[in-house]
Amino acid sequence: MLKLPVYMDNNATTRTDPRVVDEMLPYFTEKYGNSASRNHPYGWEAEAAVEEAREQIGALIGASAKEIIFTSGATESNNLALKGAAVMYRKKGTHIITQATEHKAVIDPCKRLEREGFQVTILPVDKYGQVTAEQVRNAITDKTILVSIMAANNEIGSLQPIKQIGKLCKEKGVLFHTDAVQAVGRIAIDVNEMGIDLLSLTAHKLYGPKGIGALYVRKKDPRVRLEPTIDGGGHERGMRSGTLPVPLIVGLGAACDIARREMADEGKRTYRLRERLRKGIMEQLPESYLNGHPDERLPGNANISFAYVEGEGLMMGIKDVAVSSGSACTSASLEPSYVLRALGVGDELAHSSIRFGIGRFTTEEEVDFVIDLVVKEVNRLREMSPLYEMALAGVDLKSVQWAAH
Amino acid sequence: MPYSNAILDHYSNPRNVGSFSQAEPDIGTGLVGAPECGDVMKLQIRVNPLTGLIEDAKFKTFGCGSAIASSSLATEWLKGKTVNEALAIRNTQIVEELALPPVKVHCSVLAEDAIKAAVKNYQDKQTTGAEKELAAVGV
Repeated sequence: MLKLPVYMDNNATTRTDPRVVDEMLPYFTEKYGNSASRNHPYGWEAEAAVEEAREQIGALIGASAKEIIFTSGATESNNLALKGAAVMYRKKGTHIITQATEHKAVIDPCKRLEREGFQVTILPVDKYGQVTAEQVRNAITDKTILVSIMAANNEIGSLQPIKQIGKLCKEKGVLFHTDAVQAVGRIAIDVNEMGIDLLSLTAHKLYGPKGIGALYVRKKDPRVRLEPTIDGGGHERGMRSGTLPVPLIVGLGAACDIARREMADEGKRTYRLRERLRKGIMEQLPESYLNGHPDERLPGNANISFAYVEGEGLMMGIKDVAVSSGSACTSASLEPSYVLRALGVGDELAHSSIRFGIGRFTTEEEVDFVIDLVVKEVNRLREMSPLYEMALAGVDLKSVQWAAH
Repeated sequence: MPYSNAILDHYSNPRNVGSFSQAEPDIGTGLVGAPECGDVMKLQIRVNPLTGLIEDAKFKTFGCGSAIASSSLATEWLKGKTVNEALAIRNTQIVEELALPPVKVHCSVLAEDAIKAAVKNYQDKQTTGAEKELAAVGV
């Protein structure tokens, strides 16, 4: 029997792996020391656990333990990387480069920096949501201090050419930050091979707990320095003060350790399930479109637009599966996903998009259930859709004078 | 977001889904909204020219569950009403009946607009129809 609703929103968050929880539990009730306490065994065992987690995180991304700074999550990691580097290197230059489909946790700090006198270039993306290293090269000026390009997009799953961009940034002597929240634990990431200087990650996207993330800060070639955004006891090499949440850190470490060992097999499995879902749905439903790159995308992500059907309306019909939509019918602006718009997806198709996120715990039975449900509901809603009726009658929807409201 | 049972009922079992031929003289058609806004409603009424009563109503809606429910409810309410009674239906009544959350009030506004547009379309047809008849007899 399936447990309903089927969870298929693994790009939003993931279930904490029970193995991770098992590792965490002793650090709440038995090993509850403050890792900064240097004078007793409680502190020592907490510190040892934190250092082990640093090793585990470093091992997953090819970094050394000393380069890992703990934060509350990826939003804080992104803020610290962008604002911390901008302020620290302000004398060197005031120009930052990023791209249009970044998460708001990158876009909004960039906008704040812009208000504070920095210049920000937001590169446009192609129809798959990708930028090229060449675009970055052309945007770099002698004032550029930082390039921030995500590794994989949270909505459409498209991967960016991180390695080429990293190489270019090395060549140009510009720092390279990547928001790798969706990528870490899902695809292979190596900070040295990819020329990454700053990397944001979070535990809850890789089957760890919410409330803990990390920022990788390169220690040599070059040694990256950051102005802290939170001042206090000088924890984390002075870059991020605050008592370390040891149980969460242990959870992040354990999650990274599992990911490092199982990622290759898991990637193949989630890819296979993703393709089963994508084909199962798209082969049965004409005028359904995959958003994002067909191949260069996260293995478990499928973002599909269903013409003539509104995404939120569809979600109500498929309430037995937990997914998300690019429609923003609930937001005051009524504007659909800025990510899909950046790809040039028309507003009506953006409103019709559903993001499916397959993960570690998704089963084939669940995928088959979701295929049947989606096909049935899209067909039902199309029968109810005036746009579908008009399209069948040969009306060009673009030629209609709509009364926008 | 939790939805009321009334919304879920109209969404799952929408009343009066379908279309009438727009060309017929006793049919009024209202098409409101825009695909880029994520809502399009088509609402149609069939008016008995002798009694002036709306005898039937149908809808098709592209939109969220609240938009579908609002138009479904509107077709139910329209049946048996006079054209003027139809024009008196307010979006706030739809909000109340379906317990629409504040972010979904625009769906009820769209339904009210659709009713008005359908009635106007019907009335326009009657005027032009009458004028045509007058023209035909040479007045």
